[in-house]
Amino acid sequence: MKSNVGKILTTAAVAATISTGAAAATLDDVKAKGFVQCGVSQGVPGFSNADDAGNWTGIDVDACRATAAAIFGDAQKVKFTPLSAKERFTALQSGEIDVLSRNTTWTYTRDTSLGLDFTTTNFYDGQGFMVRKDLGVSSAMELDGATVCTEQGTTTELNMADFFRKHQLSYVPVIVQKADEALAAYASGRCDVFTTDKSGLAAHRSKLSDPAAHVILPETISKEPLGPVVRHGDNQWKDIVTWALFVQINAEEMGISSKNVAKIKSESTDPGIRRLLGAEGNMGEALGLNADWAYNIIAEVGNYGEVFERNVGPNTPVGLPRGVNNLWTEGGVLYAPPVR
Amino acid sequence: MSEKTTTNTSFLNDAGNRAMLFQAVLLIAVVAVGYYLFHNLQANLENQGISTGFAFLNEPAGFPILIHLIEYTEANSYGRAFLVALINTILISLMGIILATVIGVVMGLARLSQNWLVARLATVYIETLRNIPLLLQMFFWYFAVLATLPHPRDSIIFGDFFLNKRGIYSPEPIAQDGFGVVIFGFLACVMAAIALVVWAKKRQKQTGVWFPAYWTSLAIIIVGTVVFYFLAGSPVEFDAPTKSRFNVTGGMVLVPEFVAVLVALSTYTGAFIAEIVRAGILSVNWGQTEASRSLGLPDGLTQRLIVLPQALRVIIPPLTSQYLNLAKNSSLGAAIAYPELVAVVMGTTLNQTGQAIETIGLCMLVYGSLSLSISVFMNWYNKKMSLIER
Repeated sequence: MKSNVGKILTTAAVAATISTGAAAATLDDVKAKGFVQCGVSQGVPGFSNADDAGNWTGIDVDACRATAAAIFGDAQKVKFTPLSAKERFTALQSGEIDVLSRNTTWTYTRDTSLGLDFTTTNFYDGQGFMVRKDLGVSSAMELDGATVCTEQGTTTELNMADFFRKHQLSYVPVIVQKADEALAAYASGRCDVFTTDKSGLAAHRSKLSDPAAHVILPETISKEPLGPVVRHGDNQWKDIVTWALFVQINAEEMGISSKNVAKIKSESTDPGIRRLLGAEGNMGEALGLNADWAYNIIAEVGNYGEVFERNVGPNTPVGLPRGVNNLWTEGGVLYAPPVR
Repeated sequence: MSEKTTTNTSFLNDAGNRAMLFQAVLLIAVVAVGYYLFHNLQANLENQGISTGFAFLNEPAGFPILIHLIEYTEANSYGRAFLVALINTILISLMGIILATVIGVVMGLARLSQNWLVARLATVYIETLRNIPLLLQMFFWYFAVLATLPHPRDSIIFGDFFLNKRGIYSPEPIAQDGFGVVIFGFLACVMAAIALVVWAKKRQKQTGVWFPAYWTSLAIIIVGTVVFYFLAGSPVEFDAPTKSRFNVTGGMVLVPEFVAVLVALSTYTGAFIAEIVRAGILSVNWGQTEASRSLGLPDGLTQRLIVLPQALRVIIPPLTSQYLNLAKNSSLGAAIAYPELVAVVMGTTLNQTGQAIETIGLCMLVYGSLSLSISVFMNWYNKKMSLIER
């Protein structure tokens, strides 16, 4: 009996050491298991969405693929965990996933009190409203007395409440657990208005039976910088995820794409480009990665512009313009620190 | 065997002592593991920089809640939001239990009916509803049935009542000065009715003379309250709903989320209760009914005085389980926007504050207490109904 108790206590103590140890070096864990475990949404076209064959695509998916390409030189070494809005932070805190890339808004409370760190922004968004065209509404200020549907467990709920309170408009909130059912409630006529991030509105509208019968109102009622999240305290891992995105933005700025990266690497004489692509020195070492980490990201996933055009650009069903998500040199706000 | 007879038994060889020792060791182990887990949790939360504690309950919530029986606005605290959600959970559970019991008893009796059609219809109802997952039934009522009602612009109107896919709107009674008199009058009538029932029972025991006390007391309460209402000068005004640009506003509204959850919960649980009621009635020997009839009791009294009290002994324990299931199943309402505990506390509050352990702990505490209260009440009722041996 005594030895049994001892065994239980020893096992528990060992388990505790492992669990605290795991928080420290995510990179070592990821290298050991051979893939990045990435938390994504349950289906937002353009951001993270699985096709019939189970292949994930989207801007958020590509953020994880870039990280995998940086570490393994293979963008396919990612496994995806679809998460609801309310499950996402717990999944990251508990170590179930290595990185959360699920159109998640960077806010003060989330960054400071959840034991999590936001890396950087891969999409600048803002909340908007969608209504039926036949209501004849042209501005959100006309929504007094309307019924509003939204998904639970997002910043959307609070922004919506703040907007209506600020402008002293009355409204009826219908808050549904999952986005798909919130959209179904809107489609069935339970609500006059559907609200979420504008990119999400465009994505959801493409799922409705008659997308042309719905209009997105011009007001943007909040700032929603979306980006990947990691656990607090593992600075090396945070740097890897952050710089994987910065490399893509820098690559677009330098005119390097997945199509010309091999050619540029062998021909370029620009020392900045040669450093970035690993032709000169070893920039990857400081991150615990190989010299060709950035080359792999660009070759396997592409630069930011390619990612945007492929997933949410004007030629996709989501059909979003570049807008603020353009390079700072092109009138947008994307400005990545140099790789130097 | 021989050890027992020897006088030189060591302390550990005594079965009683040994059992006590093992119990003690086990207790220490359980406490130690429990303490270790708690300590580990606290240490890890601190290491990861996750804030802990219940201080967030005093912070302003900032989010709206569709159904609130007590005053609530976005400026109220998370604690208040928790209370609103708790009341919503209790409301749907109690109403569900009452409705499920009525449906269950009616359907249980119908299945035993001599009428072929009635019995078959009850069978179809029971076998269909209890074999379809509850969540699916909620979606069915919410998305398939209630969503087919007309749009608010084309509401079905009866006088001041409106019916559309956003609910049933009715005039809201608003108490004016002097409403206290009506409440006082109502309470006085209830007391008079109780006194009447007690008197009638006592007299029947002593003299055997029967008096229709229940019907009379019901009449006293209704007529009495109405008389007081007019004596106080009709101190109630009605706020009628009106059409606005998007919705019908004003008055009282019964929203489809509530209706869908209530209907799904009560018809689903009602199907199980029907089978329990049928089993209970069948468990009472037919001879009891025959004996009662041969004593000259009419059918109604036979059921009420002979069959039902005996059937209840069989019915109550499984019925308690069904009530507990219903209370816990009410948490599925979160899926169709009914703002009960899981939706408000484990959904919105958890997401906004990130206090996973605290909010989930609160929810577990509430469901635990709610279920225990139902259990305690049903156990008391069971004891009251059980066979008293003389």
